[in-house]
Amino acid sequence: MKRIEALLEERILVLDGAMGTMLQRYQFTEADFRGARFKDWPHALQGNNDLLSLTQPEAIAEIHQKYFNAGADIVETNTFSGTSIAMADYHMEELVYELNFESARIAKEVAVKCTARDPQKPRFVAGSIGPTNKTASMSPDVNDPGFRAVSFEELRLAYREQVEALLDGGVDLLLVETVFDTLNAKAALFAIEEVKEERGIDVPIMISGTITDASGRTLSGQTAESFLISVSHIPFLSVGFNCALGASQLVPHLEVLSAKTPFAVSAHPNAGLPNAFGEYDQRPEEMASQIKEYLEKGLVNIVGGCCGTTPAHIEAIAKLVQEFEPRQCSVPA
Amino acid sequence: MKAKKLHIEQDHSASRPSEDKHADSKYLKLAGLEPLIITPESNFINVGERTNVAGSRKFLQLIKEGKYDEAVEIARHQVEGGAQIIDVNMDDGLIDGKEAMVKFLNLILAEPDIARVPIMIDSSKWEIIEAGLQVVQGKCVVNSISLKEGEQEFIRQAKLIRRYGAAVIVMAFDEKGQADDYDRRLEIASRSYDILVNKVHFPPEDIIFDLNIFPVATGMEEHKNNAVHFIEATKWVRENLPHCSVSGGVSNVSFSFRGNNTVREAMHSVFLYHAIKAGMNIGIVNPAMLEVYDDIPEDLLERVEDVILNRKANATERLLEFADKVVGKARENKKDLSWRKESLQDRITRALVKGIDEYIVADVEEARVSATKPIEVIEGHLMNGMNVVGDLFGSGKMFLPQVVKSARVMKKAVAHLTPYIEASKDASSKGAAGKILMATVKGDVHDIGKNIVSVVLACNNYEIVDLGVMVPPEKIIQKAVEEQVDIIGLSGLITPSLDEMVFLAKEMQRQSFTVPLLIGGATTSKAHTAVKIDPQYGAAVVHVNDASRAVTVVGDLLQEERSQGYKEQLKLEYGSFRDKFLERGKRKEYISIREARQNKKVLSWKTSAIVKPKKIGIQVIEDLDLKLLRPYIDWSPFFRSWDLHGKYPEILEDSLVGEHATELFEDAQKMLDELIDKKLLKAKAVFGIFRANTINEDDIEVEDPNSGLKFTFHTLRQQGRKKEGVPHLALADFIVPKKEGVRDHIGCFCVTAGFGTQELATAYENAMDDYNAIMVKALADRLAEAFAEYLHKEVRTKYWGYAAEESLSNEELIREVYKGIRPAPGYPACPDHLEKETIWELLKVKESIGVTLTESLAMWPAASVSGYYFAHPDARYFGLGKIGQDQLKDYAKRKGISVEIAQKWLAPNLVEE
Repeated sequence: MKRIEALLEERILVLDGAMGTMLQRYQFTEADFRGARFKDWPHALQGNNDLLSLTQPEAIAEIHQKYFNAGADIVETNTFSGTSIAMADYHMEELVYELNFESARIAKEVAVKCTARDPQKPRFVAGSIGPTNKTASMSPDVNDPGFRAVSFEELRLAYREQVEALLDGGVDLLLVETVFDTLNAKAALFAIEEVKEERGIDVPIMISGTITDASGRTLSGQTAESFLISVSHIPFLSVGFNCALGASQLVPHLEVLSAKTPFAVSAHPNAGLPNAFGEYDQRPEEMASQIKEYLEKGLVNIVGGCCGTTPAHIEAIAKLVQEFEPRQCSVPA
Repeated sequence: MKAKKLHIEQDHSASRPSEDKHADSKYLKLAGLEPLIITPESNFINVGERTNVAGSRKFLQLIKEGKYDEAVEIARHQVEGGAQIIDVNMDDGLIDGKEAMVKFLNLILAEPDIARVPIMIDSSKWEIIEAGLQVVQGKCVVNSISLKEGEQEFIRQAKLIRRYGAAVIVMAFDEKGQADDYDRRLEIASRSYDILVNKVHFPPEDIIFDLNIFPVATGMEEHKNNAVHFIEATKWVRENLPHCSVSGGVSNVSFSFRGNNTVREAMHSVFLYHAIKAGMNIGIVNPAMLEVYDDIPEDLLERVEDVILNRKANATERLLEFADKVVGKARENKKDLSWRKESLQDRITRALVKGIDEYIVADVEEARVSATKPIEVIEGHLMNGMNVVGDLFGSGKMFLPQVVKSARVMKKAVAHLTPYIEASKDASSKGAAGKILMATVKGDVHDIGKNIVSVVLACNNYEIVDLGVMVPPEKIIQKAVEEQVDIIGLSGLITPSLDEMVFLAKEMQRQSFTVPLLIGGATTSKAHTAVKIDPQYGAAVVHVNDASRAVTVVGDLLQEERSQGYKEQLKLEYGSFRDKFLERGKRKEYISIREARQNKKVLSWKTSAIVKPKKIGIQVIEDLDLKLLRPYIDWSPFFRSWDLHGKYPEILEDSLVGEHATELFEDAQKMLDELIDKKLLKAKAVFGIFRANTINEDDIEVEDPNSGLKFTFHTLRQQGRKKEGVPHLALADFIVPKKEGVRDHIGCFCVTAGFGTQELATAYENAMDDYNAIMVKALADRLAEAFAEYLHKEVRTKYWGYAAEESLSNEELIREVYKGIRPAPGYPACPDHLEKETIWELLKVKESIGVTLTESLAMWPAASVSGYYFAHPDARYFGLGKIGQDQLKDYAKRKGISVEIAQKWLAPNLVEE
């Protein structure tokens, strides 16, 4: 199987689309979320999508399969909230290792099958590492700007646990994504570097920030370039942006990354901006036509979708990228 | 790994920022909320240095007082004023540097107009640096690391800095010391660079060298090339160590011209002009202290360049000669009496500000004759002058020793006027701003701090009712009522004084007092005040440990419009502080005394570690020549007692307080000469070495060789939960247990340098010279500490002789690198003051040298030190921390005292229930 670094020099790789959007289609009830195992769990569990890797593993595997079928080279594990910090909402801190391990195992199993079927197109699993639900460099209390709801140490330890489980479960890459506070990401990266050193391994790392709105800044206030500088001490496979904005709105920020980083550049935007009901209704063709601008300008090496995107969107994107050369860069071997 | 650019540049060149062409180059890139990229085209990068407690007196003050809002404003000013990076430093002995760093960074990071620039995290302590790195999202600069502690530590820190994603300043410092010439700078820079780039794989563009800017024109031959070497080394580094930067603190270079800003500003500009040409691209510069190079007058420029570039043999002399000419009007020249020609008010103000008492009586007399009423001189001329002093002090432009000198002048002036005021029937004066009672509580004899606060408050027009030391509570209460005071200030240095303060607060509450209570003194703390004193008293209680803060606090308490609100706010503040503190205390875990004993420290009782003393028994030193003690004096605490914070001798060269510290130090030397020459103080000691063994786990049995009587020292054991493998210590662990069958020894001692102090201080006070009254007490304290150090050394090398080979410098003694320890009852390893009674009995301290114990077990005279000697090479100083009720009960039983009594003496060390 070809290394992902080598593939990146040949073509634009395709990342999968939204997990949450697909799960909504199953219309799982509280009982479905609980399954047999958590039937008596003392807290409500509906909405804990990560838990479905344990209670509805077939659905998770099916979604991965659909994205691979649509042409994705990389799928993300169902572990966006898989840290003890985010799981505290459901009092499921103890289950973090298992959630991540199982999610990784399920995705990897699907990937291995797909690769076996078509060895010319090797499939990869990226361990999804979300931002948690707390910010390390902003106070949640406007009256107490010096307060912090979570510390670097707490984040580092929580991320360590997630990273170790993802690696044990067999992921090929790690994707630190939807970075709204760079300090949270730095704690995740710190944890990853520690685990890498302890295990004596090298694992490709992708990072993807989130520009929250038209201000062009992350939630924690950094410009795209500041974000890039603040994380560039890590030898990434790729640096990119995802979420919050649609494909078109991301263009100026991707231009900054593309111009200023030696790493590969990734993008997985939302299916447009949400409508008045909070739904994403951008059609696959429309999204693909916006992504075409990235390709014509040579801005990206990896492209996929975030909120509101489906296998149909990914299929449209996968078809489109075949016509274009990847952005030229050299990534760490 | 260079990123080849595609068609982007052609397509979008117009809309792209100009740095783009450097995207693939190795430039130092930093980030706050916005990026800072340092390219060869960048102008010199100016680092803001006002948010540095070591560099800004004002900032230090604000941090110490917890005025973080104002401290944040300083950062904002820096950024608004053009600082492209801000340096944050919290290294000060009196603040918790780690906590202050985190708190301050968190606050400025919440301000987008400050947080837009990158942060320089500045500390000599790694833990502070790391705590800072953990709260900043952007790419910072760490200031600094070096090879000082060896390669291993250097590599460890560099790796972590890399992992946190920061750039680093490397000081030209290695195991051998600081680089002070051209070759050493090159040697250390290239070695550091090689380790960082090749071993740690640190990106060379993230390395910034601080090549040590040292002063020139100091009069010392070896300093002449200081600037030249820096500039040439900078050039070499920039040419030979690819991609790195060079930085430095510029104001050092002109250090020998402090007080002469015209020359200093010119020196900075000239230095920078050449250093920047050589490649220095980052620096800490105060923009207000920089002359425009082209605006420097030609004659000055030539002389300054001669000095900076060491172009003429007599360059220093020529600049000095010139400096005397350009000396600004602000500079006080001892021989320059031109100010005597100024107006009367100006002369009086100047005398007060500068602390010159030579002419004050004549000036005040002149004022009196011209005034209608003598009181007008106080209310007019003198108060006008003191207001200037107050303003300067409040804004950090004057320092405590100067203010005390001002007070001396003021007192002289008032003393001259008093008979006239009393003679003139109409003595109605506007009166003082308020009346403040000051007292050192019952059982305590320490009053340096209290006296300083009194003097400073008196300078601010408050009337002080000073009841002195060892004041019983009933007397404080009675005087407070009689004198109708507005505030009561309590001071104490030893731990039992804390209880006295609590008692007094209760008593004041019972008698329905409402005057605010100020708490101060070395042993007091905001925590103790909030947790123990504040709840006892319904009116305001404030902890004030700093003379300058006392003025603000008293002002706020007595200001009619604000006082009510301020008092309410104080109550709330102490209440919430208390809650937080208790909350924090709860989280700390303790183990039982039984478990703690099972985890005691077990030393090796090999005979090599147990040295039999050369002389057993008690010895007395009747009258030691003070001259012998002088070299043993640790001066840093002396400066601290004057609110000048910093380490001696560096403090003498401190850019901010150096001048004042030097002046204070000179005055101290003068007095010390006199004390020694005229034998004004008597230094006495009694000490003994005895057979001893540990019994009952935590007790030490001691045998008096004369009487054969057995004495027992009772020690306390740590109970806080610890990491696996870390023992729970008690001093008893350092003596062989009896059951081992090996005979061991312990020593104990009491030294004093205090006989004569009170008489001298009183004489000075009578002469209205508080400055010297405080000085003599501060020096007596230092001499007593020096005596303890001296005697310990004598014991180690001669009397006991277990370290006969030792040869340690005074600095090493201060750092406690000697073998064995000399812990003192009442201090962290053995906080129980009651143990002093056993020492007194065993050594017959009172009978042999006359040092007595007060009811709170403070020693009198105050300038005395007592303690134990432990000789085992593994004996270490430690802090007991808190103990549980189980140990308290056991301890009371062993000592044969009631639990209540034990509780009273150990209150500060008991776990909160």
